[in-house]
Formats: sequence, structure tokens, C-alpha cells
Amino acid sequence: MTSVIDSFAAEPMSVEPLAEPGGPIHRKIQGRSPWRLAWERLWRDKLAMASLAVIVLLVLFAVGAPVVAAVTGHPVDEQYRDTGLTEDGVPVGPNSTFWLGTDSLGRDLLVRIAYGARVSLFVGIFGTLLAVIIGTVIGVTSGYFGGGVDGFISRAIDVVLGFPFLVTAIALVAVFQPSIKITIAVILFFMWAPVARIVRGQVLSLREKEFIEAARSVGSGDLRVMFVDIVPNLIGPLIVYGTLLIPQVIVLEATLSFLGLGDPGQPSWGGILAEVQNGSLYTIAWWMLVFPALALLITTLAFNLLGDGLRDAFDPGSDRTLAK
Amino acid sequence: MLRFLIRRTLFGIIVLWVIVTTVFFMFFVASPGDPARLFAGRQATEQTVTLVRHHLGLDQPVYVQYGRYLRGFLRYPPDLGESFVTHEKVLDAIIRQAPVTLSVAFGAAVIWLLIAIPIGVLAATRPKSLADRGATIFALAGISLPSFVLGMIVFNVLFFIPATKWNVDFFQVSGWTPLTEDPIGWLRHLILPWITLALLYAATYSRLTRGSLLETLGEDYIRTARAKGLTERTVVYKHGLRSAITPIVTVFGLDFGALLGGTIITEKIFGLPGIGQYALNSVTNQDLPAIMGTVLFAAFFIVVMNIIVDIAYAFLDPRVRLN
Repeated sequence: MTSVIDSFAAEPMSVEPLAEPGGPIHRKIQGRSPWRLAWERLWRDKLAMASLAVIVLLVLFAVGAPVVAAVTGHPVDEQYRDTGLTEDGVPVGPNSTFWLGTDSLGRDLLVRIAYGARVSLFVGIFGTLLAVIIGTVIGVTSGYFGGGVDGFISRAIDVVLGFPFLVTAIALVAVFQPSIKITIAVILFFMWAPVARIVRGQVLSLREKEFIEAARSVGSGDLRVMFVDIVPNLIGPLIVYGTLLIPQVIVLEATLSFLGLGDPGQPSWGGILAEVQNGSLYTIAWWMLVFPALALLITTLAFNLLGDGLRDAFDPGSDRTLAK
Repeated sequence: MLRFLIRRTLFGIIVLWVIVTTVFFMFFVASPGDPARLFAGRQATEQTVTLVRHHLGLDQPVYVQYGRYLRGFLRYPPDLGESFVTHEKVLDAIIRQAPVTLSVAFGAAVIWLLIAIPIGVLAATRPKSLADRGATIFALAGISLPSFVLGMIVFNVLFFIPATKWNVDFFQVSGWTPLTEDPIGWLRHLILPWITLALLYAATYSRLTRGSLLETLGEDYIRTARAKGLTERTVVYKHGLRSAITPIVTVFGLDFGALLGGTIITEKIFGLPGIGQYALNSVTNQDLPAIMGTVLFAAFFIVVMNIIVDIAYAFLDPRVRLN
């Protein structure tokens, strides 16, 4: 991880053209920023780029959920009791009307999965973003000031990490009534802590570097040093960590929905799977198990692979260390 | 050593106290349900509800109730209150259901370590080989697959389809047989939950073992060990693995502690009446004392495992001194 910091702490190299125009030497050496280098490495990583493409498609699928509803002609909550259920009231499998089949109320599964993607991706991306921002502010404060502040924040992190995660999460959600807002709040309650712990560790070593001393010597205040000088050096590792945190948050949201603690007004992947589980629809309606599970797996896989690729791109010296 | 233990135990108690306090006040500030009405039942008249509220002490100020709750812990045996729904003592309910969760957690942990460490060693000693690549894919799948999806797949493939199509019903779901009563019946209930959890954790642990062992095998003392003519086996297992195991012990302690507090997803999918199921039911019923009890029970294991991990460090790694 230190090599990431070093590469970002260094000033981007740029070399002015040496020769005058028209002179014998006409070669121009162009400086490439660390960002540019990272992007170029990522571009060459086929697996990571494929994952990025999958993520872009998933986001389009989620954003375009109303379009999916319009194309199929099936609004998300519309129950097709005549065409969407058999005479015994069993959901129908994939056919030309319902491409991925229907659920136990005769609703179009494809449309519900598309709307479920909105919940998963919104909670996953937005929740992670907030957790990373809060964790970074707290972690930088802790690492930069040290002493009593650091002691207090470190103990607070220990306490949060000592919470039995899932039990407390389901208790919190149940008490405050399930909704997307409370799901995100619960995620923030727990997820800021690991981010803050990592950031703190990085800041502890960063604050001893010469460029921080230089910044102070020209009269920069604490806030300026923290957020103008230190934070930009953390962005590389934070992008990597954040990308790997997104699938965890998505799984947490799906787990809450699976346990019946998702937003009741929103279709979600975990919610559809709960329907299969609670109604023992395994063999009667395999599509209700397979398609949402696949959607979930593809999403988490894409983010994990992209996160891995980003790590290689930002930190080329490291080994391919999946899930280390 | 003793000073270290005392300090860690004190901090552990503080952590438990903060957790109990947070959860307690969370419920009183935000709980929309009326515990007295839940306790009294649906048919109860307004008068009965008022009486019950008085009996439970719920008409007293929050800080009085909080103080009384905390004092309950200091008794022997500790008093965690009484369920609003079943009227059973929470501690009795937890003790009654703990063997289920403990069986699930212990068995799964043994299996996942037995799978993960050999895979990790194999991958680390032959980097970039086919075995290594296979281990990578295994790890990636395990990390990306949510536990409940894996549980549903195991349930479907190993129980539901065989049972409905071919009448094979060796594995049992829903319910529980104690080990002391019928060891085979005990196994029949537990194998599927074990497989689910073991696959899930083995994925992460094989990767962790590989990374840690690769790093260790690059150390100078490993070269020394090889140079003095030790067999590769001794180098890898005796010198390498012993040092590489420390980060695994840390993660294992935390994961195992979390599992002991309730294997919620697994217990729900396989219908096991353990602490996880109890926690889930308590949450659904807004059964405050039961929720507090399960949260505390789970937090207790996390805190204890943390202390054990720190002590284990000193035994595994001679460089660590506990002070």
C-alpha cells in the first residue's frame, strides 16, 4: 500500500520540449500523471474492463427499469392472475410474454429484477460512497491529530467492530421500520469503522512525510493540510477499497431483504429469493431462484473483479492478491 | 500476562456495556411498538395493559429501567429479563438453544479449516499452477456468493431435489436432535449447514493462507532453513506455516466469535432452532428483552474471541510480548 502513496505523493513528471521548433531534435517527452498511468494499466486488464462494462450495463439496466417495463408492457406491480399464473395459481416459467417467468403473484419477474437492480445498486454505490466519506473524515482526524483524539476514535472503532453485526443490523432495521433510508443508515453505522481504521493507518505514515512539513512551513492550517494535502494521496487506495466494499454492501442489503427486512414497497433481489425460500418454490419455479441469484452473483463478481483490477492498476508492484 | 488479561477484560466489559446501552436506548427512543401490549396479548383490555405496563416497570422513567436492567447482570445467575412473547426467561431460552448454534459453528469451523489450509498451502507452494488458478476461482466464487444464496443452492441440490424426486431423505431440515440423544440424527441435521458455512469460509481462508504463506516463504529464515538441508516438507509446514498462520488466527477468531453468537442465515434456511433463529423471531416480534439478550450473547463471544486471539498470538509468534 505504501507504494500507492509514494506514487501519488510524487509530483507528476513533465519535461519541456528541449529543442526549439524546427531544430534537429524534434522529440517531445510527455509527462504522464499517476492517474493516467493507472488508467492505462487498467485498460490493458481485460478482465477488469469486462467487469467495468458489465457494471455499466447493470447501471443502465437499473436506470432503464421503466423502459424494461414499457417494452414488456408489464408495470412493476401489475399482477397477471390470468396469464401470469397457471390454473393452480402457480407462477409460469419463461415464455414469450414473460421472458423470465412470473413470481407467485403473477408479476413479471424481468421487470421486478430490473427494479430490484435499482435498490441493489443505489444502496451499494451510494451507501459505500457515504461510508467511505465519513470513514475518511474520521480516520484522517484520528491519524492526523493523534494523542487523545486518536485514542478516543480508535476505541470507538473497536467498539463498533465489536458489535455483532447481523443481529444488531436486523434489530435496528426492525425497530425503525424497514425502508431504503434505514438500510443505508445501518450500513453507515457499521461500515465507517473499517474505512476509518484503514485511513488512520495510512495517515499515520503520511503525516511524517516531507511534503506535509513543507505545507505546514508555508503556513497551511490543520484543515488545509488534512484535506488538501493528505486526502488526495488517499484517493487511490480508497477507490480500490470502496470498489471492494460495494459488493459487501449489496450483499448486506440483499440479506436484509431476504430476512424480510427490506423496503416493503420496493422489489428487491433478496426479497424475490425470500419468496422462493418461504414458499418452498424451489422446483416449482426454478426461475425465481436462478435469475435473481444470477443477477446478484454477476453484480458482486463484477465489482470484486473490477476492484482487483483497480488494485493492480494503482499498485502495480503488488502480486495479484485477490481478497487478501 | 496477568496485567494484559486484566486490561483486556476490562476493555471487553466496557465494549459490552456500550453495546448494551446503545441497543437499549435505541429501542426506547425509537420503538414504535408497545411492549406492554405485546406482553399482555391481543385480547387484553386497556386496564390489563396498564397493569402489565406497571408490572414490567415500563411506566417508570427510562433511566430507572436502564439501571434495573444493568443491575440484572450483576446477579448470579445473571437476569436478562423475561421474553415479552413466550414469557420464558431470556437466559434460559439462550442456554436451551445455544447447543444448536455451537454445533453448527464448531463443525463448520473444523471443516472449513481442513479444506482451506491444504488448498492454501497447495496454491502457495505451486504459484500460477493449475491448482493455484483453481483455488483463485474457488475463492472468487465464495467471496461473491451471498451466504443465503449458497444456502439455498445447497438446500435445493442436496435436500429438496433428492427428497422430492428420488425420495432420498438422509439429510434432515427443520428441527433438531441433540448429540447426546442420537449422534446420527444430530449429523443428519447438521451436515448441510456445515457444508454451506464451510464452503463459504473456506474460499476466503484458502486465499488468506496462500497470501500469508507466500509472503512467509520469501523470508530470509526460510532460505536459511532450506540452506541447512531441511526437507521441503519441514520448511513449509514447520517453519513456514507456523508463522504464516498468525493472520489466519486473527481472522478466524473474529469470524468464529461472530458465528457463535448466532448463525442467522444458515439456521433460517435449514430450519434449525438455534440462537440465530431466536434472534430473528425476537426481532420480528419486537421482543425487547430477547433481542437485548441475543445481542449481548453475540457480543460476548466476539469480545472473548478477541482476547483469545491476542493470547494465541503470544504462543504462535515468539516475537509477540503481551504488554
